[in-house]
Amino acid sequence: MLNAATYLRRELLIRLVRAFDEGILREEIDRIPVTLRPKEKESSRCCIYHDRAVIKYRLMALLGISAEEETDEARTLASYLDEILDSSATSSQVGGGTEVFERHHAPLSVCGPACSGCPDSQVVSTPNCRGCFARPCVYSCPKNAISVVGGRSQIDHSKCIKCGKCISACPYHAIVKTTVPCEDACPVNAIRKNDRGVAEIDFARCIFCGKCFMACPFGAVMERSQIVGVLSAMKRGEKLVAMVAPAADRQFPGTIEQLLAACSKAGFADVIEVALGAEKTTAHETAEFLERMESDPKTLMTTSCCPAYVNLVGKHLPDLIDHVSLTPSPMVYTHEMVRGSDPAAKTVFIGPCVAKRSEARRKGVDFVLSFEELGAILAGRRIDVLSCEPHPVERPAAATARNFARSCGVTEAVLDEATGKIPGFTLASKQIDGIDRKTCAMLKLYASGKLQANFLEVMACPGGCVNGPCSLM
Amino acid sequence: MEKVKVEICCGTACYLLGSAKIMDIESALPEALRGRVEIEARPCLNLCERENLGGAPYVRINETEIVAKATLEGVMKRVTELLEGVS
Repeated sequence: MLNAATYLRRELLIRLVRAFDEGILREEIDRIPVTLRPKEKESSRCCIYHDRAVIKYRLMALLGISAEEETDEARTLASYLDEILDSSATSSQVGGGTEVFERHHAPLSVCGPACSGCPDSQVVSTPNCRGCFARPCVYSCPKNAISVVGGRSQIDHSKCIKCGKCISACPYHAIVKTTVPCEDACPVNAIRKNDRGVAEIDFARCIFCGKCFMACPFGAVMERSQIVGVLSAMKRGEKLVAMVAPAADRQFPGTIEQLLAACSKAGFADVIEVALGAEKTTAHETAEFLERMESDPKTLMTTSCCPAYVNLVGKHLPDLIDHVSLTPSPMVYTHEMVRGSDPAAKTVFIGPCVAKRSEARRKGVDFVLSFEELGAILAGRRIDVLSCEPHPVERPAAATARNFARSCGVTEAVLDEATGKIPGFTLASKQIDGIDRKTCAMLKLYASGKLQANFLEVMACPGGCVNGPCSLM
Repeated sequence: MEKVKVEICCGTACYLLGSAKIMDIESALPEALRGRVEIEARPCLNLCERENLGGAPYVRINETEIVAKATLEGVMKRVTELLEGVS
């Protein structure tokens, strides 16, 4: 969704690409906050200096540096850039245990100065209260937390359990629940305000679903980008292969083939649809499922192509681990196909997903770009998808594979594949369409055997990857 | 009846910065005005070069009038003004 925070992020990305291409990024980068918020213009926050500080952290995130790891506040963006350009030829290694590793490689970061430190969630009575005679709020409250004082309802927060019954009971919509958008959006309680009142991510709990990133109205949760790594590898003449996720369908104007052509025009040595990898995932996932069914007809197997779900199981649902399919994701198969034909090629997954960044790191995929970042490279290089001639492909990927990015897509692909092998095959399937607190609780129940199905498809984003946190629409 | 021509820049910069949303203008207009607007999605109009990105997304109305930082609401308002003769 486009809003002022997304607009700024995209504008910064395009400026960064243009400055990089003109060879002036090092001189310009520390000027960008001032250029965007000159003293004679209005500020979006309290003052232009606050705005500039936030823009600096946003640029740091675009360079891939997390605000959490900042040790010297006076350090310039140019010096960070130098460090990245030095290290981007060799991948960095960090020791020091899982926790340090998780933090160092976490794809998300919180910009402290951008965080508004939203007050704790509360149920409050507003001036819309008319002090009515029937008092449905008082009668609906299971904890006797509401009284009417001076003609207005009042809530005793020491008694209130935030059940929301009074909110639905009031015909004047006079009672509301204030929220902390990031905390409310997080399905696993991984983001919380620290003792300074600033949001902080617990990376040992975080599954990188990106819901806080989408939810924060102050744009305080940032993605750590690899765009400079991609741009400089291209500049060094390395062979980069763009692997475009099936979720790219209808993200940009024009067709998938035109988008592939645009990538190739932008400087990727080769382009490939990840849907081709999805074909392999379908075949292997189906085979694995049939095998599991054979040894135990009551088996439950879940999909494994959503990396946020895989992170969820690994960090929070240990009882489900044995049920998650061992079949690699479409990204991994595509990466293997690329490396198989050229072991020196560097792979760049392009998709709408935050968690894919963590999967890519585990599986040896070299870079991940979001659709937004790809868009910025195209915009920076003045490439229009609509004006591109379709990229010649050997064959288009199967429709079922291209449909992987939508809810039920994997289920349909597996069913289709299995029916081709076993005529009359039926699948007892169920879908989790979006990971939130409620579906997490359901998954816990499923892990203890309370699901009358054999095949469970889990997508962290409602509707599938097409609605991912970094999708353009 | 005179028509108003609305060219929406679908260059990648304008597209990323909001022109995708303006494409909905046809369905957003009141029914009486719908047939009187000619909407075109155009490849990059090269307007973003002018102000160093400062004004994307761009829309061009009736060949000459350029709307910078265009929004669906703003363009609709202008189109309505033109059609109702208040300019």
